[in-house]
Amino acid sequence: MVANVTPLLEEGLAALTAAQDPQELENTKARYIGKEGAITALLKQLGSLPPEEKKTYGATVNQAKQAFEAALNARREALAAEKLAKQLAAEALDITLPGRGHAGGGLHPVTLVQQRIESLFRSIGFAVADGPEIENDFHNFEALNIPKNHPARAMQDTFYVESDGEPLVLRTHTSPIQVRYMLDNEPPIKIVAPGRVFRVDSDATHSPMFHQMEGLWVEEGVSFADLKSVIVDFLRRFFERDDLQVRFRPSFFPFTEPSAEIDVLGARGWLEVGGCGMVHPNVLRNVNIDPEKYTGFAFGIGLDRFAMLYYGVNDLRLFFENDQTFLQQFK
Amino acid sequence: MQFSEQWLRTWVNPALQSDELAHLLTMAGLEVEENEPAAPAFNDVFVAEVLSITKHPDADRLNVCTVNVGENEPLTIVCGAPNVAPGLKVPCARIGANLPGDFKIKRAKVRGVESFGMLCSGDELGIPDGVDGLLILPADAPVGASLRDYLQLDDRLLTLKLTPNRTDCLSIKGIAREVSALLGCEQTPVSVSEVAATIDATRAVQLGDAAACPRYAGRVIRGVNAKAPTPVWMKQRLERSGVRSISALVDVTNYVLLEQGQPMHAFDNAKLEGAITARMAVAGEKIVLLNDKELVLDADMLVIADAKQPVALAGIMGGAATAVGDDTTEIFLESAFFTPNVIAGKSRRIGFGSDSSYRFERGVDFAATRVALERATQLVLEICGGEAGPVVEQIAELPVRPAVALRLSRVARVLGVSLPAERIVAILESLGLGVSVDGDVLSVTPPSFRFDIEIEEDLIEEIARVYGYDNIPVAPSAARLAMLKQPGDLRNKFALKQILVARDYFEAINYAFVEERWENELAGNATPVRLVNPIASQWNVMRSSLIGGLVNALKANQNRRQDRVRLFELARVFHGTAADAQPEKLAALAWGGRHAEQWGAGKDTVDFFDIKADVEALLAPRVAEYRRASHPALHPGRSAEVWLDGRCIGVLGELHPRWVQGYELGSAPVLFEIDVAALLNVPRIEAKPHAKFQSVRRDLALLVDESVAVADLLAAFAGLKNPLVTAVEIFDVYRGKGLPEGKKSLAFKVLMQDTAKTLTDEEVEVVIAGLIKIAEKSGAHLRV
Repeated sequence: MVANVTPLLEEGLAALTAAQDPQELENTKARYIGKEGAITALLKQLGSLPPEEKKTYGATVNQAKQAFEAALNARREALAAEKLAKQLAAEALDITLPGRGHAGGGLHPVTLVQQRIESLFRSIGFAVADGPEIENDFHNFEALNIPKNHPARAMQDTFYVESDGEPLVLRTHTSPIQVRYMLDNEPPIKIVAPGRVFRVDSDATHSPMFHQMEGLWVEEGVSFADLKSVIVDFLRRFFERDDLQVRFRPSFFPFTEPSAEIDVLGARGWLEVGGCGMVHPNVLRNVNIDPEKYTGFAFGIGLDRFAMLYYGVNDLRLFFENDQTFLQQFK
Repeated sequence: MQFSEQWLRTWVNPALQSDELAHLLTMAGLEVEENEPAAPAFNDVFVAEVLSITKHPDADRLNVCTVNVGENEPLTIVCGAPNVAPGLKVPCARIGANLPGDFKIKRAKVRGVESFGMLCSGDELGIPDGVDGLLILPADAPVGASLRDYLQLDDRLLTLKLTPNRTDCLSIKGIAREVSALLGCEQTPVSVSEVAATIDATRAVQLGDAAACPRYAGRVIRGVNAKAPTPVWMKQRLERSGVRSISALVDVTNYVLLEQGQPMHAFDNAKLEGAITARMAVAGEKIVLLNDKELVLDADMLVIADAKQPVALAGIMGGAATAVGDDTTEIFLESAFFTPNVIAGKSRRIGFGSDSSYRFERGVDFAATRVALERATQLVLEICGGEAGPVVEQIAELPVRPAVALRLSRVARVLGVSLPAERIVAILESLGLGVSVDGDVLSVTPPSFRFDIEIEEDLIEEIARVYGYDNIPVAPSAARLAMLKQPGDLRNKFALKQILVARDYFEAINYAFVEERWENELAGNATPVRLVNPIASQWNVMRSSLIGGLVNALKANQNRRQDRVRLFELARVFHGTAADAQPEKLAALAWGGRHAEQWGAGKDTVDFFDIKADVEALLAPRVAEYRRASHPALHPGRSAEVWLDGRCIGVLGELHPRWVQGYELGSAPVLFEIDVAALLNVPRIEAKPHAKFQSVRRDLALLVDESVAVADLLAAFAGLKNPLVTAVEIFDVYRGKGLPEGKKSLAFKVLMQDTAKTLTDEEVEVVIAGLIKIAEKSGAHLRV
């Protein structure tokens, strides 16, 4: 009797292997270990055997049943794995196709640079100030110590706005913002003031509207050495070059004294990037700040120029043409 | 100002290379813009005399010349220049010479005749003289001399970009003074001595307006030869200063202007009548100037007049009627001081200026009037001959140069570096300033040639400049630490821009001045703020709306074959000229596909509701009310006003079909424009109690008339005021099949929740019944 068990088990195991889907597998299970199954039948015979045979025979059949069950489980898992593998294969995507939906737009390069510079100055405690673009003579010229007959006031340089009263201009620089800010605030004053400015000039390197950023620090004890230190620090951080050579070249502006042009050393020699100086005592007096008590420095840079340098744009006009193919680079 | 380095070096000659000298000046605030050689490099070119010429046997246009180059044997040289002639002095490049343009002179046969060099034109030597043919040298040019030496071609032309305050450096004398101050090196000025009168001839001089012209000196010189040639050295110096040689008399006045910084004028004395008066013009008086322009004078213009008429526009230009010419035999030389403010602005008003007006309007040394006159006299006599009469001069009140107090402590405070008193005194004195010391305070008197030193800061600038900005330390600044305010209910503009960037928009920047048509048509603005002097006639008004610029940018991008355009701009607009009439707006325009053309998204075109979503995103968490709009730029049925806090803060919609056609856009873009101020304030978030119990959702499908606005229904639902209702939202709109004509079906989802317990069916039913009742009052019917 024992001799019958092994062939039956082998037959059962072969049937399991042959089963190609869960249904067939369950049928096979029924055929061997189900209520009417062949192996179950062997177990049922157990009762009729003499006790001495019962023990060995029982053990053999039970082993066979366990072996069959183990194989059944293995086969179930194999079939499930096979099924999952098929499903996964069928569901595979061409993952190289681009993503769907909005790819996102972009900020204007001048804005990006403005943001960068604002955050550099915020990091040393400079607030951001703003002001109107149509200005009166006082804020744009007079308060800044620009004399009545100064060439900058000429119609060849400055846009005038029709007015029934006092002469009005499109601000020619962001300096009126510092005038307004100083009139409204007591020192210590630390601000940067970005904005659009206007000059009657239009060619390959000049736009009648462009962007400036003004900086101003007025406090007791602010000196030209502070001016140099802040500007050098700023330029090195902005251009991310610790060894950037910066020089201050004596110059003249009505609203600062001493005044300087700021040059940085580029691959093709010195490059002018802005103007600066100690705030002229007349300017401080014009905004009711005592120049004996307070000193301060101011500087001005062209944001468009900084954007050109930073991004390697060589034509200023691109900034005002709003060509999406150009703007798309600044995502 | 352009000048010859060699000329400067006759006056001050520091041991510096040309580029070092340029650097010195630049770093002292006298920016050297250009530093160019006077002539390109060449060698072995000599002054030669043409001895004889014969026609080339085989070429009509060539001559065979014998040329003396200063050696025993003359050279034979074939020459094709049309102006070659025996007796002329010309440049000769000998064999072995290298000419500009990598041109080597070799022994050569020219059509069978051997040539031992080349006679040169100005062009061939890189010193163009405008002559077609050989460069003709003066008859007294020394044969055999190196041309470079003879013409002093190893010179450089320096161009200074002077700041308006440094009028004192508008002359060789002034630049030399500055170099000497910077380096402490000695000057060797040209010596000017008084020229004694040899005749009695004079012309009376009167100061008609002593404030405008406080000093006027003149002198008559008779017997001058106006046709005398200008000496080569003078011509060269003038040309290297960018001044064209005209005639000896005019050249002398220009030369003195360049050398001394004093503008001069020479009148033809025979054409003057009576006394010379420097007076203000009578309005309407006329004068024809040297450039043949006739001016009608204003009463604030200073003129030089004789007994009959104005003969010069003072400090700007002489008159044509009294100008010197070839026939002039006697002159009246003028050297004067005109008050800068009187001259300033006049050349701009008349549309032209001169080297003279450029200097006078900035300030000319009023103490050097006489020196310049003597110098000019000396040169006229030297070059044109003649005899000089005595100087006639009138002097009224000249500008005063009050002493300026300078505190040494202030110098240290402003510059951030403490300089020893001796150093400061030395610097100021080197610049020609008078200094007396009284403890911490110096009393500093500016010289007559400086018009820019009036206050302490002016002196501090001078000290810094000469000490060297480079030498001021760059020490890290120390400041009090104070954090900036960071209001939690305020976002910055970058945050707004970033919202639109995330929604596929690119930032545009348009000019603030626009075409008037845009204002009229797209902003309904008949009275825009106008520019007096627009950069171009079509950009003559300031924008009150950003829409025109965006529509224009759309058109430009369509022309560049873009099939999808999404742009926004944040900028000021101008409703008036007052500061508070220039608010900032944020506008955006979208045209083309809802998505960029791609494989996985539909081809739908962007529409009203896309741009409305953009507006909602900008406003979130705040929710605006949208009211039907009547806006000139927008489609009346597809546009809305955006209302927040009881105020209209903007508009959105589809561009009016009239403008789609008018601006040739093909199809309509959608756009919005909103006040930036309304977008910046966002309420600080206050978290609600977190609900632990499940919410319940019920849907309501309502059949309503087409004319019913969803917002009205939602507003009515809100009237239920049942605290269990957390949201009523529309999720579907259906029209068409299965519905009666003129009706639409709206599907709402109702979310309900209790923070304290699970909702019961009864509670839910009460809510739904309430909503249905409200809906029916509004004419809606429950769809079943």
